[in-house]
Amino acid sequence: MRSTKNKLLLCFKWAFLIVVLACIYLPILLIIVYSFSGEPNIGGVNGFGPFTFALYKKLFTNSPRLMDATKNTLIIGVSSALIATFVGTLTSVGLYYLRKGKKAVNFVSEITVINADIVTAVGFFLLSIFLTRIGLPVEKGMGWLIVAHAVITTPYVILTVSPRLHQLNPNLYEAGLDLGAGPMRSLFTVIVPQLIGGMISGFALAFTLSLDDFVVTNLNKGTNGVETITTFVYASLRRSLDPAIRALSTIIFVIVLVALIIFNIVKNRKLYRQQKQQNFR
Amino acid sequence: MPESSETKKTLKKKIVFKPSYFSFPYMLLCAIFVVLPLVLVFVYAFIDDKTGQFTFSNFAEVFTGANLRLLLRTIGIALLTTAICLLIAYPTALILASSPFNKFVILALLFIIPMWMNFVLRVIALKELLTLMGIGNGLLASVIGMVYDFLPFMLLPIYTVLTDMDKSYGEAASDLGANGFKTFIKVTLPLSAKGIASGITMVFMPVFSAYAITDMLGNNNTTLIGKIINELFINGSTWGVGSAFSFVLLLLVFGTMVLSNLVGREKPKAKGGAK
Amino acid sequence: MKEQKTFDRIIEVKNITKIFDDTTVIDDLNLSIKRGQFVTLLGPSGCGKTTLLRMIAGFTAPTSGKIFIEGQDVTEMPPYKRPVNTVFQKYALFPHLNVFKNVAFGLKLKKIPSGEKKAKGGTEKEIMRKFTKAEIEEKVNRALKLVGLDDYGYRDINSLSGGQQQRVAIARALVCEPKVLLLDEPLGALDLKMRKEMQIELMKMHRELGITFIYVTHDQEEALTMSDVVVVLNDGLIQQIGTPKQVYDEPANAFVADFIGESNVLSGTMLKDFSVSFLGAQFVCEDKGFAKNEKVDIVIRPEDIYIYPLDTGKGQLAGKVLGSVFKGTYYEMEIDAGGYEFTVQSTTEATPGAMVELRIEPNGIHIMKKLRTVNQFIGTVSGENRVDFCDGSFDINTEIGGVALEKGTKVKVFVPFDGVELTDDEEDGEIGGNVTHSLYKGTYYQVQVYSDTDEDFYIDTTDEWDLNDRVGIKLDKNKIRLEVIEEESDA
Repeated sequence: MRSTKNKLLLCFKWAFLIVVLACIYLPILLIIVYSFSGEPNIGGVNGFGPFTFALYKKLFTNSPRLMDATKNTLIIGVSSALIATFVGTLTSVGLYYLRKGKKAVNFVSEITVINADIVTAVGFFLLSIFLTRIGLPVEKGMGWLIVAHAVITTPYVILTVSPRLHQLNPNLYEAGLDLGAGPMRSLFTVIVPQLIGGMISGFALAFTLSLDDFVVTNLNKGTNGVETITTFVYASLRRSLDPAIRALSTIIFVIVLVALIIFNIVKNRKLYRQQKQQNFR
Repeated sequence: MPESSETKKTLKKKIVFKPSYFSFPYMLLCAIFVVLPLVLVFVYAFIDDKTGQFTFSNFAEVFTGANLRLLLRTIGIALLTTAICLLIAYPTALILASSPFNKFVILALLFIIPMWMNFVLRVIALKELLTLMGIGNGLLASVIGMVYDFLPFMLLPIYTVLTDMDKSYGEAASDLGANGFKTFIKVTLPLSAKGIASGITMVFMPVFSAYAITDMLGNNNTTLIGKIINELFINGSTWGVGSAFSFVLLLLVFGTMVLSNLVGREKPKAKGGAK
Repeated sequence: MKEQKTFDRIIEVKNITKIFDDTTVIDDLNLSIKRGQFVTLLGPSGCGKTTLLRMIAGFTAPTSGKIFIEGQDVTEMPPYKRPVNTVFQKYALFPHLNVFKNVAFGLKLKKIPSGEKKAKGGTEKEIMRKFTKAEIEEKVNRALKLVGLDDYGYRDINSLSGGQQQRVAIARALVCEPKVLLLDEPLGALDLKMRKEMQIELMKMHRELGITFIYVTHDQEEALTMSDVVVVLNDGLIQQIGTPKQVYDEPANAFVADFIGESNVLSGTMLKDFSVSFLGAQFVCEDKGFAKNEKVDIVIRPEDIYIYPLDTGKGQLAGKVLGSVFKGTYYEMEIDAGGYEFTVQSTTEATPGAMVELRIEPNGIHIMKKLRTVNQFIGTVSGENRVDFCDGSFDINTEIGGVALEKGTKVKVFVPFDGVELTDDEEDGEIGGNVTHSLYKGTYYQVQVYSDTDEDFYIDTTDEWDLNDRVGIKLDKNKIRLEVIEEESDA
């Protein structure tokens, strides 16, 4: 009696998970399927139409504005994530050794994380005007967006790198100094190699957050026509959306999937190696 | 001459480099790009756009008529989204963290993967599906879109807390004669409060800024405050009112931050006491 | 000759003070270390020994004072320019490099004179060059051989045992050919057997290399075994510097006696030269030069006490054996005599419960001046029968010789050790404080309390207090004595 009840409960649990997962993946699957259709409208009178790579071809040859937006997104994402990773790692090391004022710095970087995007966006907007007024002309656009995205994502890098720093031997940096390496050389030849894993995770997080940003970008992209994927798609929704977006979505989804699978395999292999090494000892 | 270079040298030596100095560039960045903008928002909120004088009228405008309705509507949608996310995410997390589901790490990962994909592209995909189903535009579509976008942010913290939670708590409770439901109410739920709190902060506040979603999926009746603030700055120069709006949001952010900290603080106490 | 002499002192520490967040860790410390010696900094945790080592290495800057290496002021020189290398407590090996690369790390950065000279701006300058690959390989292999890890070059650091990692750390420091090798409790993480082995190896290395070793440890046995010179530290102050034999046989004060080896510390009175009284009996000793009836500390090593059966008349004190433990080569017994529990070591056992006589030969009695005999503070008379000191105001009879002191008079306040009472509840006392030291003196404990007003109080009490206990300090007004401080101008 009890076991049938348990089995029923287990079935119910599976069903629940599957329904939620279905809701999450149905839209994405729809887009992926229709990325191979030549029909401009999903669910139009012509149905699916013939299977074709036309949308992929169009994306790379005949969707200049969508390609431009993708290029901008990548440039902003990569450069801001690189800056954030560099500054964030440097800061994590500095904060690790800082005796006074650590709490204040952590509080300020927490503000960046928790603040509403729109307030951050307004802040950067007003800052650009303020800086221009005091004689430091700031032009809203690509450069300004890179700076803004770097500032917004640096705290996430700090949050990813700091915990790894605390697992290190506290004398490692000093050992570098002791053997004749200056502060910068000790940082880069002794500390940074230990943090590579955290830095890669931090970079990935910063890059994704930059890709995903809409609010800050929309208010700070200026009037020079710098569009990212998010702002471009948002703006063109009113008019007609380039169906090549389906191809782009599919490509991005596949990249995310592959990246996550690789990341998990590497992580598990590292864990396995560590366990093996411990057993060996 | 050699003497002066000598003194220079000794002066230079005085500054002994400490590794904590590595954090100074970021402190400078924080001052310019985090603190200064907040100060500017605060200052502009009290400046009349036309006269440039000190005024409270910006705030009066925020809390009157259409604007107030907009603010209340945004709060309403945020609450609704948060509640639905919680209702879906909590049981999901509970199932995922329980045996036998906790053996499949990939299962939990499946729920998180969409988080890494561009949200506008996801919303576009959802829009196609909803249009197909005939509920393309409106309040319902907007809320579905919000929940669709924010669900992982509610799920992740709750799931993390539940997996970290010592299984023996539940066992100890059932050992002491509590049935399944009682165990859940008395033990699991209070211990997962921290995860719920951070889930709520990760969903509730961002909804205020997520006007792109309701814009793409809704109609004129689903406009959120974020969009109005954006327009106050983009079109024309009504920065004072926009800053006042931002300032009110800032207060809301700090309010939720304090509240969630209060909930978060109780947890380690309970843990320490039980161990 | 004089030049030679100053050069002989490879390290000189002059008036070094280090304050961390209002806590004085090192207090005006002076120390000079001779070239080629094996010097151990010994003390309990928190005594400042590691801080002193870190200041010599350059990781921590002193708050004031100067440090010289070979006569050169290095106080502000960063660690990467100092001719010293460190072996860290937990090795601090670089996990991303293999054994060979760890050891080669310092060599790759080092620059040596190339032998060629270049004329630059009128002066001839030596051209510096880096080591060649072959030179590095040769030096690293030699260093690895020295520590007994010949074929371990390409091993991963994480695959080594604790002892092997320790050896790599030593090789990594030695390969840089430092003038001084600093070792911060390097054997602390090893098991006992490994530790003994490494002690012998380190001593061998020191002999072979002939460079100066400065070794930090809290293990007195390790210090006595390995060093040429032992520096005993406590509370940031040097208690004694001497050879292992000197610090063991002639401890400078009760702290050293108590910390190094086991010892019985008692309180007594010096009757005259070569005669001391304690526990109600009179003893002949080898010390002189004390004031008549001066209160002194007496240290007796457990092996310097001889046991005789009762009524043989050979002993000076009668006692009862409380317990006995066999320690491999001798018995260690607890014997109660005259209210003091002696620790006695002997090759023959006295059965617990038996009554015995104890004899202490004159050369077994070590007399030491008491560090302080009275608590002394500076205060001000603030009213009739009222004196302010230690941030408080106290009711004290301000009449000296029938004359009331004027308000504002500066006075010395003497509070005898038995004029202070400690209370469990901080609120019951007049000043709060923490117990920093407790020493059993036979019939009572001498407790040292560091008060919240930054003063040290010494208290004689029959109660036992634990270190770091929070206590209240209560003063017995009747036992406090005042003395007027004569103003300089009057004298």
